[in-house]
Amino acid sequence: MLTAISNLIIPIIVLFIVFYGIVKQVNVYDVFISGAKESFDMVFSLFPSLLAMILGINIFLKSNLLNTLINFIKPILVLIKIPYQILPMALIRPISGSSALAFLNNIFESFGPDSFIGKLGSVIQGSTDTTFYIITLYFGCIGIKKIRYALWAGLFADLIGIISSILIVKLMF
Amino acid sequence: MINKIWGIFIISGITFALLTNNIEVINKEILSSSKTALDMIIQIFPVMALWLGIMNIAKKSGLLEKFSKLISPFLKILFPDIPKNHEAFSLISSNIIANMFGLGNASTPLGLKAMKSLQQLNDKKDTASRSMITFLVINTSGLTLVPTTIISLRMFYGSNNPTEIVFACIIATILSTIGGLIMDRILANRYKKC
Repeated sequence: MLTAISNLIIPIIVLFIVFYGIVKQVNVYDVFISGAKESFDMVFSLFPSLLAMILGINIFLKSNLLNTLINFIKPILVLIKIPYQILPMALIRPISGSSALAFLNNIFESFGPDSFIGKLGSVIQGSTDTTFYIITLYFGCIGIKKIRYALWAGLFADLIGIISSILIVKLMF
Repeated sequence: MINKIWGIFIISGITFALLTNNIEVINKEILSSSKTALDMIIQIFPVMALWLGIMNIAKKSGLLEKFSKLISPFLKILFPDIPKNHEAFSLISSNIIANMFGLGNASTPLGLKAMKSLQQLNDKKDTASRSMITFLVINTSGLTLVPTTIISLRMFYGSNNPTEIVFACIIATILSTIGGLIMDRILANRYKKC
């Protein structure tokens, strides 16, 4: 049902936009092409900052430093009854979306998607986003170098997302 | 600031790998990261061209403008610095809508376009403006009504009820967005003073 709906969304949006364009007598084909052309510029100005971010993040993640640090915090989480297996995913979530998804995969595989931790992982993943990636992408493409307080505000939103996920999943399930 | 964080990532990562005798992995990683970045660009590029093309039709036909009038009273509160009827409003609102429906690949090109139009309003071209950061927070807080990736992943692992987390996700994402926006306001006022 839900997949049926999500399969419909994109075709309907495209249909509606093109239809409305023709009704308003826009040269839809020409306008589409001139819009698509803008992507060249955007993508090429994006590459350097994307490369820099991937380099930094991958060195950090592959060094295993994060996992070692997590082992130190583990006892605290056990104390407040939060499954500590969720921690690597929650910490990596703002840094790398694909790694966080890989952790969620692991959780589903070992505990099942309907377990408490499986649900918690799903909700955390669904209510937060890859802050570092978005900052790199959005600011990199327009050449912003001084990001001011953007990272703090973004990470704070992620933190609230993680805390409220824990509370909501504890209350609801 | 991003300079320091980037430096810390690299220095701490390499040092730790040296200490734990794990340098071989890092060596590979350094060399392969440029390829990973290129792969990502190649993935983003066609989708971006597609949606920017479609959105250009929506823009030229006046659909985007009509649509943004609907939610602009709400956006006006969040973005007091953007002049009335500016194009940025319609781009921001279409980005938010695309995010809500979990159309990640459509929301990114729209978001980048919105950023570009915010940059036109920006006085200092190398410094993030207040509106830019507010817009960024809305995006980083992951405002999604239909978390499509997670639902399909749950299905894949044979969940009895793949969509039962949707409601919890919506509440959590609303809370994180509100939290992020409050923090954004507090920090914006603070940074203005100094």
